[in-house]
Amino acid sequence: MSGLARRLGGIPWREIAGEAFSRVFLVAQAVCAVHVVNAHVCSFALVMGPSMLPAMNLAGDVVAVDRVSARLGRVASGDAVLLVSPEDPRKAVVKRVVGMEGDAVTFLVDPGNSDASKTVVVPKGHVWVQGDNIYASRDSRQFGPVPYGLITGKIFCRNPGLSLYLYLSEPTFFYPFAPEFIEDGMHILRFL
Amino acid sequence: MAGPWPLLRSILRNCVAGTLVGVTVNDRYASVVTVRGTSMNPTLEPQQGDRALVSRLCLDARYGLSRGDVVVFRSPTEHRSLVVKRLIALPGDWIQVPAAQEIRQIPVGHCWVEGDNPDVSWDSRSYGPIPLGLMQGRVTHIVWPPNRIGPVERKMPEGRVMQQ
Repeated sequence: MSGLARRLGGIPWREIAGEAFSRVFLVAQAVCAVHVVNAHVCSFALVMGPSMLPAMNLAGDVVAVDRVSARLGRVASGDAVLLVSPEDPRKAVVKRVVGMEGDAVTFLVDPGNSDASKTVVVPKGHVWVQGDNIYASRDSRQFGPVPYGLITGKIFCRNPGLSLYLYLSEPTFFYPFAPEFIEDGMHILRFL
Repeated sequence: MAGPWPLLRSILRNCVAGTLVGVTVNDRYASVVTVRGTSMNPTLEPQQGDRALVSRLCLDARYGLSRGDVVVFRSPTEHRSLVVKRLIALPGDWIQVPAAQEIRQIPVGHCWVEGDNPDVSWDSRSYGPIPLGLMQGRVTHIVWPPNRIGPVERKMPEGRVMQQ
């Protein structure tokens, strides 16, 4: 018994604890760095759905999202943006900005069935977003102008090669005409 | 290598580490905001220099915001400013708007916010329901000044909201 106690006493507990703590702290710093870059600088996202054809693939595209421009207010008409859906705050959608505040936007109300169009002036602090594929997109024509604060990033890069690989490896991703949804590249951090 | 560089490097490394951890905690767990504007009197009073603790844990997938919570959100007309108001109604609820003598239903994904001081508060009675995506957190406690430290209670106005 006393031999065991002596052996336990000989182990350098304090050093082991110190080293374990510093390793854990290093991992925590790395995770925090990933979060800061992902949320404030640049991020990846997987986009799928029909509403942004032909710019973005139906089966899925990996895009790079610029968070800095959106935060600084440097979003203009013609930019593809990532925004929180005004109909479901848990979903993020990708649309194109068609009008900024003060612009008069003319749009086709129901392009598949009629030629009727409407003109709307975008109120202060809001933007008008539309999908490139107006026949299969749920956007400002249905839910109205959205506050700029819902925009979380500007899309600036697209990698179709990676999306083909994802399609081949995960055939269940292919949902024709499903509501567009987006998968954050760093979703594993949600568990923290 | 002699000189100030090793010390400066270690200070710089500690500052960067502290900043990263601080920003992450601020974005995901809790943050402290200074209250300006009198629209939430007497719950939050800026003339005493109130600072409020904002919890971000309610912004996860379950969206744990309840009716009567004091919430912080991005202003729908100025995305760079944060606004503090009380959440009165959730999607699907019917709310009575006294000024316009009407009853409105909150659309899906939106909510109705009002300040506790209705005379000076510019809120959903003017700009209508706002998307829940603008929410940035829930005020749980006042942390400064010391004589006002304490939890911020959930409160609902009487007889104006009918829940879905």
